[in-house]
Amino acid sequence: MQTKSDKIMIRLENVMRVYKVGVERIHALDGLSLELRENEYVAVMGPSGSGKSTLMNVLGCLDQVTSGCYELDGENTTGMSDAALARVRNERIGFVFQSFELLSRSSALKNVEMPLIYSRNGWWSRRKRATQMLHRVGLGDRIRHRPNQLSGGEKQRVAIARALICSPSILLADEPTGNLDSKTSEDILALFDQLHAEGQTIILVTHEESVAKHANRIIRMKDGRIFTDLPAAEDQARRLELTGVLGKVTK
Amino acid sequence: MKAVLAIPLAFLRLFYQSIYLALGQIWANKMRSVLTTLGIVIGVASVTAVIAALTGLKAKILTQVETLGTNTIFISPRVPERGRRQHAGWWQMRFRPEQMDGLLEHCPSVAALSRVGGVGWRTVKYGEQSVDRVEVQGIEPDFHKIEHRPVVLGRVFSPIDDMQVRQVCLIDSKLRDKLRLDRDCIGETIRIGYHAFRIAGVIESRPQMNFGESSQERYELFIPFKTLEKLGDPSMWAMATGKSAETLEEAQAEIKFFLRRTRGIRPGEPDTFRVESLQSALDTFNKISVIVTMVAGGIVGISLLVGGVGIMNIMLVSVSERTREIGLRKAVGAKRSAILTQFMIESVTLCFVGGLVGVGFGQLLTMAIANIPQVKLDLAHIPLWAIGLSFSFAGFVGIVFGMVPAIKAAQLDPIEALRHE
Repeated sequence: MQTKSDKIMIRLENVMRVYKVGVERIHALDGLSLELRENEYVAVMGPSGSGKSTLMNVLGCLDQVTSGCYELDGENTTGMSDAALARVRNERIGFVFQSFELLSRSSALKNVEMPLIYSRNGWWSRRKRATQMLHRVGLGDRIRHRPNQLSGGEKQRVAIARALICSPSILLADEPTGNLDSKTSEDILALFDQLHAEGQTIILVTHEESVAKHANRIIRMKDGRIFTDLPAAEDQARRLELTGVLGKVTK
Repeated sequence: MKAVLAIPLAFLRLFYQSIYLALGQIWANKMRSVLTTLGIVIGVASVTAVIAALTGLKAKILTQVETLGTNTIFISPRVPERGRRQHAGWWQMRFRPEQMDGLLEHCPSVAALSRVGGVGWRTVKYGEQSVDRVEVQGIEPDFHKIEHRPVVLGRVFSPIDDMQVRQVCLIDSKLRDKLRLDRDCIGETIRIGYHAFRIAGVIESRPQMNFGESSQERYELFIPFKTLEKLGDPSMWAMATGKSAETLEEAQAEIKFFLRRTRGIRPGEPDTFRVESLQSALDTFNKISVIVTMVAGGIVGISLLVGGVGIMNIMLVSVSERTREIGLRKAVGAKRSAILTQFMIESVTLCFVGGLVGVGFGQLLTMAIANIPQVKLDLAHIPLWAIGLSFSFAGFVGIVFGMVPAIKAAQLDPIEALRHE
């Protein structure tokens, strides 16, 4: 089912992201290198403060690296102007947030077509494309509904439709199931699986192992560095092994 | 070719995107938008109404002045502001009739001259009828060449009336009605004090000049200038016309020269009289009316500024309320310029719509003012330039006061904005 491609979608090389808090310098990303190929499905895990969010912001071109190099889809984004970064976000990146971030006064359709308003040539076809996209995520009958008339799962579907409307190179999801119950979470994750099967590159940040299971590559972070970076099966095996050891110790 | 078109196309895209978003936002917050623009509406309405009223006042005065003729020169005595006669009494400075003798021969640019004398208000009687407060004025025959007040019945004064000091009079048509005289009253005799006067003609009433106090009617009675001396010591002034509008200045200069000689003013001393034409009075009036319009417009313009502050306040609230939304828009690819223009267009649109509604209200106010009978501002209307001015000022207010919130929105960091509670 997977179309293996060798095209490198993301390349991070020795990336540092340093914040200054007072006189203290915090290394949120501390010399991190990473390569992602097309149609990979990656889960990023780690305790809070491990640099996951910073990594997501950097990958999503919301934040600039302090040093190092970030190549997205073969294009170096480091040192790009604000306007150029906005364009990259618009055309290459789709965001899905934990709290959906829908415009409460606008219909599902308006929410989905919003990125096209800022795009170069999507303006005139925005209604058609947004309708198609809503059908694709299974909300064909909810087009005119406002967010407060939708369930949590439906809201997240709208948000996913919005993220995909510009056919982005990568889909960045930051705890997409964090605000949903487990049943709805499974539905959303099934949608991600489906998108992955259709060839979408997905990066997903999560705390939950059950969510991470859906990915085929799991990156665990600690102190701004990659702690482990393994295919899902190996990662699973290691985790079981570790819990086994831990179980023995606690016994 | 593509590269040349790219920049204007990008601008166009930015523009329609922003208008679309701004209108959507205004529509989504209808109530708030209405309240926000109220300040602008009231400001523009009062600016246009004030300007309309002043325009009406000016038009009214101008039409009345024009019926008198702008070619007329008024000559009146004056106490000088400096020189040895600056403390002289008004009575000392009065004209004597003989000071004007021979003026026409010495002033080639002057076509006609009439001495006009007044003895104040008198009581006029006809039979049992009596009218108080009648303005009795003595005029010379040339008066009819200068003042455009037709004698509707009877005859005008002739030089013989003056030479023979006849006791004849021209009666104002309103006074005729007030005295309950016959419509054709020529030859009837009326009394001013103990003097009897035969009516020689009926002169058209002067158009109402006074504003507001229409209850106080003015009645006029004209008698030959020489005859006036019988009624008392007149205070005197004079009217003249120039031969043409072009030589009006020359005529005034000639009269000044002549009067300085006959009134014995030494070189270097200031004039003890005033020579004015309606044209110069009109110029002064125009200047004053421009100043008054500017001052009134400026004062009312302050209310527009207050409206602008209201707009800024609401826009700032809107920016902080929509921080997350702005963060999201940036995350999905809105450039700073797009956010900036969206908020700018929002405030400018609010101001323009406010201006439009304001001009409408101003028109209603103007119609209301024009229809109050006592105020006599029936010529009040909003001039086009006032509409343009209000609009551009409203737009200016929108840009200036929308600038700060829009810049604030555009400068938001998307990560911070998305974390905002």
